[in-house]
Amino acid sequence: MNAEMNHAETPAAGAQVLLRALKEQGVEVIFGYPGGAVLPIYDALFQQNAIRHILVRHEQAAVHAAEGYARSTGKVGCVLVTSGPGATNAVTGLVDALMDSIPLVCLTGQVPTHLIGNDAFQEADTVGITRPATKHNYLVKRSEDLARVVHEAFYVARSGRPGPVVIDLPKDILIKPAPYVEPTREPHRSYRPQTEPDAGQIDKAVALIKNARRPILYTGGGIINAGPEASALLRELVAETGIPCTNTLMGLGSLPASDPHFLGMLGMHGTYEANMAMHGCDVMINIGARFDDRVTGRLDAFSPNSKKIHADIDASNINKVVTVDVPILGDAGKILRALLERIRSLNAQPDRAAITAWWRQIDSWREKRSLAFVQPDAPGSIIKPQHAVRRLFELTRQSGRETFITTEVGQHQMWAAQHFGFERPNHWMTSGGLGTMGYGLPAAMGVQVAKPDALVIDIAGEASILMNIQEMGTLAQYRLPVKVFILNNQYMGMVRQWQELLHGSRYSESYSEALPDFVKLAESFHGVGMRATSVDDLDRVILEMIKCDRAVIADIAVDQGENVYPMIPSGAAHNEMLLGPDKNRDNAEVTNAGMVLV
Amino acid sequence: MSDVTNGQRIATISVLVDNEAGVLARVIGLFSGRGYNIDSLTVAPVDADLSRSRITVVTRGTNAVIEQIKAQLGRLVPIHKVADLSADGPHVARELGLIKVIARGEQRVEALRIADAFRAKIVDTTIESFVFELTGASEKIDAFIDLMRPLGTTEISRSGVAAIARGTRTII
Repeated sequence: MNAEMNHAETPAAGAQVLLRALKEQGVEVIFGYPGGAVLPIYDALFQQNAIRHILVRHEQAAVHAAEGYARSTGKVGCVLVTSGPGATNAVTGLVDALMDSIPLVCLTGQVPTHLIGNDAFQEADTVGITRPATKHNYLVKRSEDLARVVHEAFYVARSGRPGPVVIDLPKDILIKPAPYVEPTREPHRSYRPQTEPDAGQIDKAVALIKNARRPILYTGGGIINAGPEASALLRELVAETGIPCTNTLMGLGSLPASDPHFLGMLGMHGTYEANMAMHGCDVMINIGARFDDRVTGRLDAFSPNSKKIHADIDASNINKVVTVDVPILGDAGKILRALLERIRSLNAQPDRAAITAWWRQIDSWREKRSLAFVQPDAPGSIIKPQHAVRRLFELTRQSGRETFITTEVGQHQMWAAQHFGFERPNHWMTSGGLGTMGYGLPAAMGVQVAKPDALVIDIAGEASILMNIQEMGTLAQYRLPVKVFILNNQYMGMVRQWQELLHGSRYSESYSEALPDFVKLAESFHGVGMRATSVDDLDRVILEMIKCDRAVIADIAVDQGENVYPMIPSGAAHNEMLLGPDKNRDNAEVTNAGMVLV
Repeated sequence: MSDVTNGQRIATISVLVDNEAGVLARVIGLFSGRGYNIDSLTVAPVDADLSRSRITVVTRGTNAVIEQIKAQLGRLVPIHKVADLSADGPHVARELGLIKVIARGEQRVEALRIADAFRAKIVDTTIESFVFELTGASEKIDAFIDLMRPLGTTEISRSGVAAIARGTRTII
């Protein structure tokens, strides 16, 4: 590498300049897949040791792996794919990162500049295709722009609301000499997101909090993205005020699950107490969440009697779905700090007696035990999926190992969110906004690369896992001991559940026909396969899996008919939950309007 | 420009952007991707060194939708400034129309009379046709075109709206 090279020297090839800029931006790992258009970059990679390259088996997986890397470290993830199909395969991952605000820089190869627009081999209009799939994208057409664009891309990816950035690199730009420039210290000429909250808005929020009698904190991925300090500040705020707190799917881990103020996740499959408290609160303090439709349920009945405070780094999230009383634009950590300082200096804690009465009400909702399930304990009993997650949680906790959980998408994802207790931020990676099946295995791979000694487990379903199963090969090549914990009910479980509840139990195309033998599959990829078919096997399999120092697929046969409860059916309000097959429906029913919703 | 029909208003939004490839596609993609209307759109470089362009979009929606459009525009990376001219105070909005009228005899004379009343300029003429140039508010151009249509074959080319705040306010 030319790390010691000075400005004025003979310019190096574009590919070398690119790697130098990446190194300057702190890139240690690239997840990628080679091809014709990016051969110069691979040649430059071959001749250096500073940046490690992880060869995935499919470009989509490269992006998810970079997401897992970014989410577990707080750094910007880096991806390298070739032109045409390399770039189009990456698109799902890019949209996934966009929806969940994950900072990534994705380098895509492109045909040489003089061939652009000619339908050349492996040409695709990558900037056109990825424009709505990224936070921003670039096509580098002049060598003198190359280094600046790379620096700028990293700034854009990590600043404000983080997101994926694509840099499209024509092959001639990678081969021709290019000048290197250092990153500038000046802010971007047009993109300067506001991170410091307005003091007046903080005061308005504190005034609402001071007079609140039934307040609730509703916090999301913005707190995770603001760094671990933000989660620590949330804990302090909760302790200072006694305000109950619920997390979105993206926000799990920001408040320890063991904190008595934690109400669990809210929304479509959130706890009864979280949703009822959202419905009945008088002051809602949303920090870093975006009133997603999975969270709000029916909008015209969403928390009808509350004053709403909404803190967000992205102005377009404010008043987008729910009109709020006190918007606060800024970084979640800075906002939490400002709120906490102001509450302390003004002694603006809400009235103790009112908070105590509010907790009495919440405790009565908690008594519904909305996440309860019955695991038959007779020998040979079929495993309930919730029980499998609970045991996984207990046994990993007892192991004392630092544990990271990723998931695919579906029922298993919701059971993981409900039953695995997350104590710390950045230890839970799931595809929230886009809901990408096939996310969990490559994401776990990325986490394991970043945290080689940690226990990284992909809680999966048997359908989702097959969407990126080829990455078992990557695990083998790099000896990444990722554990794939499949809750195998032989159905696309969430589809089956909706068909049961909304489509007269007509299970159209949701049965997982002709499944592979996952034990043999793991072995064929040089991993270890395990299987539990009854409750008697479960703990033994989990313990063996935790102990194993290689990649594992644990195939856990679970009850096929189990549904995720509680559930707010589409088009219903927070106080209209389905609590379970054996409990009273809390006046919930699916309307025709609700049927239309996804 | 603040017609109010069923809670909707027309908004004239000026956006100062980096003059770089793809920036117009970003703005248009935002409108189509999120289902907003574009009634008119103009764009041209405005800085001496051509480094920035000004896009003027005329759109319609409820106040909440207009606010959302501005916030969405504001988060695009190459955008320097977003101004809602119709909400921020008085502004001037002008459009240029080129209107070709192919007519003979009395119709031709009538076209000329109307053009005179509108102070339209004749920029091309043949025995059978005129091309009129007319500048003004969009409504004025609408009215002119409505009067011309019955007089013969017409062909219309309009620039879309360019707008700027009155007085000393700027968005530079």
